[in-house]
Amino acid sequence: MKNKFKNKDFNLIVGLILAAVVIIPAVVGIFWTPYDTEAMSSSLKLSGSSLAHPMGCDNFGRDILSRVMSGSSTTLLIGLGTVLIGAVAGTLIGALTGYYGGLVDDIFMRFNDVMFSFPSLLLALVFVAVMGSGRMQLLFALGIAFIPSYVRIVRAEYVRARNLDYVKSAKLAGASDIRVMFVHILPNTVKVLINSVLIGFNNAVLAEAGLSFLGIGVQPPDASLGRMLADSQTYLFNRPGMAVAPGITLIVMVLGISLLGKSKLVTER
Amino acid sequence: MTNILKKILSSLLTILVVACLVFLAFAVIPGDPAVAKLGTQATPDKLNALRHEMGLDIPLMKRFATWIAGVIHGDFGNSYSYSMPVSKLIADKLPVTIILTLYSFVIMIVLSVSVAIFAARKENSGLDRFIQILTQVIMSIPPFFGGIIITLIFGLGLRLFAPGGYVSYGINMFKFLGYMFWPALAIALPKGAMAFSLLYSGLVTERKKDYARTAYSRGNSTKDVFYKHLLRNACIPVVTFFGMALADMIAGSIVIEQVFGIPGLGRILLTSIQNRDYPVVEAIIVCIAILVTVSNLLVDVLYRVIDPRTVISE
Repeated sequence: MKNKFKNKDFNLIVGLILAAVVIIPAVVGIFWTPYDTEAMSSSLKLSGSSLAHPMGCDNFGRDILSRVMSGSSTTLLIGLGTVLIGAVAGTLIGALTGYYGGLVDDIFMRFNDVMFSFPSLLLALVFVAVMGSGRMQLLFALGIAFIPSYVRIVRAEYVRARNLDYVKSAKLAGASDIRVMFVHILPNTVKVLINSVLIGFNNAVLAEAGLSFLGIGVQPPDASLGRMLADSQTYLFNRPGMAVAPGITLIVMVLGISLLGKSKLVTER
Repeated sequence: MTNILKKILSSLLTILVVACLVFLAFAVIPGDPAVAKLGTQATPDKLNALRHEMGLDIPLMKRFATWIAGVIHGDFGNSYSYSMPVSKLIADKLPVTIILTLYSFVIMIVLSVSVAIFAARKENSGLDRFIQILTQVIMSIPPFFGGIIITLIFGLGLRLFAPGGYVSYGINMFKFLGYMFWPALAIALPKGAMAFSLLYSGLVTERKKDYARTAYSRGNSTKDVFYKHLLRNACIPVVTFFGMALADMIAGSIVIEQVFGIPGLGRILLTSIQNRDYPVVEAIIVCIAILVTVSNLLVDVLYRVIDPRTVISE
């Protein structure tokens, strides 16, 4: 019995299912939602779940399911964009500083450590304060705020790889620095990178929701899970469903991705 | 000792660098605070008068020098929208945020240590598995949604506290701490779940080592072996996490304050961001930078207490 369980990678299976449950509707939500996310109806205000509106309607009579779908697609896109900015810039900086070392590396790392010791939510908050709120601003604010974490991880890999035999022999064979960095070393950092991309995606999702909850992230009319949660607080007593739907969506998304990060596919070398 | 001194010096430098960056960032961005205060309909004369009053017509470098000199003395200038010194504005709000952060830190440590030891003692039992799954789920709950759930269950459902019924620490310290327990719990839970899984895996590895067996053979109870022998070693890798968690909790409390209606730094930071009240935003960020660096320093010291080997190896 036990062996049968051990061979199966439950983290992978459950993670995939949970992630799919949220991400598929989110992808659909980019193109189509059951109702217009902005369509208000005074007769449906705060109505409970029905066949026509499975998750009920909010304080303006807007369909919650449509708003959750559209909100999670915003969250998904911001999460992906943030990870892309952070991972690409982080890999470039980490590779260059880790590979070459020296004074530039020292200065960069000092700066990076200062940034890293700052909670990324606060960094993003500062960037939003400087750049203003909105979807694009949020994307860049979070992207920049998460660069330091990638730099740290990638740099450590490059420092380790710098003196390994395969790198030395590649250099002896006449490969250029750029080639050694990105053709020889980079593929060996992929596993570590994937794990930090998954963690980074989750952190970005949580930070986006947090900032939107505070009212300085995604701005109306764009739907956002964080904003929905903030709006739901007034009606918590009468219609807890207004908070539960976006909240559970967030939890399932984060839980699914973090289980994927723990699966043997990612953790085993 | 010299190492600690070095750390303190570099922390001061860090705070100074953050202060400079923050000031410059808000100085160069587009958007005129005078326009923000008077509205776009204001006459140029009035705008110029206000700019003069706010000190915005002074050259940037000179303004910067005065600001930094003020910051070192604890003077952050005047708020644009509240027309009062920033230091006065945040003086009674800073302690609220600090207390909330420390409160959640204590809850996180107590919860994670006790539950990790409890689960590790029952390793591989059904209860242990249940706790593992539960912590995995708790880790994924955004703190502000955790706050909403806590309000829903303990506030509205079980009526253990009145949502929005914040009492200032100046009026009734006991009631203040009673109310603050819930927001602190909301911040502590996800971090505590992460600390739990780190501690748990540490404890499970440590208990298989020889010194644990020796401790048992000398007649220690299981409880003593865990608390007096294994915990310290299992803690060493987790201390770094505690440090990062403490810094994160400062950010977390700013968000959670909004859920529970607590008048800490969070609310004033948000309104100031929306009003473009930069002196207030700058002051709060510098305060948070100080808190973050101080918490990093504390963790360094804690590290030395838990693992004296670090002192020797230096």
